[in-house]
Amino acid sequence: MLADKDRIFTNLYGFQPWNLKSAQMRGDWDKTKDLMKRGQDAIIEEIKASGLRGRGGAGFPTGLKWSFMPKEPRADRPSFLVINADESEPGSCKDREIIRHDPHKLIEGALIAGFAMRARAAYIYIRGEFIREAETLFAAVQEAYDAGLLGKNAAKSGYDFDVFVHRGAGAYICGEETAMIESLEGKKGQPRLKPPFPAGAGLYGCPTTVNNVESIAVVPTILRRGASWFSSFGRENNKGTKLFQISGHVNTPCVVEEEMGITFRELIDKHCGGIRGGWDNLLAVIPGGSSVPLVPAAEIMDCPMDFDGLKAVGSGLGTAAAIVMDKSTDVVQAISRISYFYKHESCGQCTPCREGTGWMWRVMERLRTGDADISEIDTLYDVTKQVEGHTICALGDAAAWPIQGLIKHFRPEIERRIRENGGALEAAE
Amino acid sequence: MADAPQIPDEAEVRARWGAFAWTKENAEKAKAVIARYPAGRQRSAVMPLLDLAQRQVGAETQTQGWLPVPVIEYVAAELDMPFIRAYEVATFYTMYNLVPVGRYHVQVCGTTPCLLRGSDDVMAACKNRGMVKGKTTPDGLFTLTEVECMGTCTNAPMVQINDDNYEDLDFDSMARILDDLAAGKSPKAGTQNPKRHTSEPEGGPTTLKDMVKANHDYRKEW
Repeated sequence: MLADKDRIFTNLYGFQPWNLKSAQMRGDWDKTKDLMKRGQDAIIEEIKASGLRGRGGAGFPTGLKWSFMPKEPRADRPSFLVINADESEPGSCKDREIIRHDPHKLIEGALIAGFAMRARAAYIYIRGEFIREAETLFAAVQEAYDAGLLGKNAAKSGYDFDVFVHRGAGAYICGEETAMIESLEGKKGQPRLKPPFPAGAGLYGCPTTVNNVESIAVVPTILRRGASWFSSFGRENNKGTKLFQISGHVNTPCVVEEEMGITFRELIDKHCGGIRGGWDNLLAVIPGGSSVPLVPAAEIMDCPMDFDGLKAVGSGLGTAAAIVMDKSTDVVQAISRISYFYKHESCGQCTPCREGTGWMWRVMERLRTGDADISEIDTLYDVTKQVEGHTICALGDAAAWPIQGLIKHFRPEIERRIRENGGALEAAE
Repeated sequence: MADAPQIPDEAEVRARWGAFAWTKENAEKAKAVIARYPAGRQRSAVMPLLDLAQRQVGAETQTQGWLPVPVIEYVAAELDMPFIRAYEVATFYTMYNLVPVGRYHVQVCGTTPCLLRGSDDVMAACKNRGMVKGKTTPDGLFTLTEVECMGTCTNAPMVQINDDNYEDLDFDSMARILDDLAAGKSPKAGTQNPKRHTSEPEGGPTTLKDMVKANHDYRKEW
């Protein structure tokens, strides 16, 4: 198990105050100026060497992403850092803990990351429903300004940098980077076609990098302790520590920071008090937030929780939000509810997603009650394949994958319902 | 479009809200909001200003607030943008209420992580008080909405009522919270599980135990 001294988010549970003074006593904003003195390219190289991969779901190497930003931004086209705090993926609740309990890690990270990528300012886009969390974040940013850590000559580094907070208003799609940029510009959050990628033309047409809250908040600690410290955790290509969020049918659901690649069994036994009703009662797990396919009990139990480990069982790490389902779960209902979520959150821009998410949900509801024909399972699978990959952003894929996972692993259960329902009809006749 | 909001009667709304303007305090806030964005990019402020306007309407009507068309027009004019662009934003995002709501907007999360932990019981507690999904109670006290994932999944099931979250709920605790609100009291926000502080495992954290009592500095152990 990861030692407490190696945990980055030491005030994760908010037992201590979030304010600047307390955060500084925990080590935040300690000689930030010296970290920045290392130079922009050295910081990017250090982050590359640490093996940090984006914590928002896609897992793109963070240092590499920063290196796409222009080395010499033009005065009329400043660069921007946008921090994605639009945490809305069902199962995910890690960024919220960072923001409300350790906001200065995020703000210090914003300064260092923004400096490294030569950005003029950072916008933190926090989801609208995080009302109290946003209040904390606004206050924390103000504290940093008052202490001279942001603004002109930020932290006495000689670099001018601003951090602004922008509140969303309830749209899952704004977690997609180009939709977030649209939303920041005061429009509907509908994703843009790529290319151009945000690093070329993003916010206000200027070079922009969008990073997840956790990716940014771990940066100061990585620089303080060195890339080799961070990369000493986890397996090759899956380095570092990670905030895991375990919800559903475990005895004690929680958010916890652990080493990447910890096995599912160890994670649950150490921190979640085991599966409700014991390991034999485990049915399936959605290991990375609602967008990834579910994994049946036998395959997940000893699976390492990292990008490659979960890919090997046909799923993904996503945001490391494990939704655990025991044998009392109506698994078809659980997935159907996710389908409803995507129907609700589709932005309506691309036809396959706008029409497909509603269609898939309606068929899922009929499969739930068994009011369907067995051949419709294949039709549904076929339609998910037509939605997947045929939309501007990944929401179409995210709506398709949970259904594909269900059909792949629980087809007999769906067929049983249809047969029993059909049997009842025949008997009635 | 079956679930599209029914926009209230135009003439009546215009008579009531046609003269909407910021209060002195909110005018200051609006100025500060616009200053967060680069010059000429004031349209970026449409979301925070719509939220501010909704809150002002809420304060005037003793509810969570909503956005009558003349109020959206006012915000659009302030930002020098066409009304339809602001209206688009107001209809796209779910947190803008396009119809009046009650004193308390009870938003029950029903997405899978909450569903697995018993959001049906929470919903039942609301219905037990005569609340109907999508409707406001006749006394104007509660509006019930089922919402999608609110990002507090390890504290499921949960409900957001106006600005506060109530987490780790069951039928009884939800009923008690509604009773308290109806009686004009302020129930404790956050987790309703006495054995939890925030998102740590029930019964106490399995990690970072030194942090519970003191602001421990782990750097000495690096």
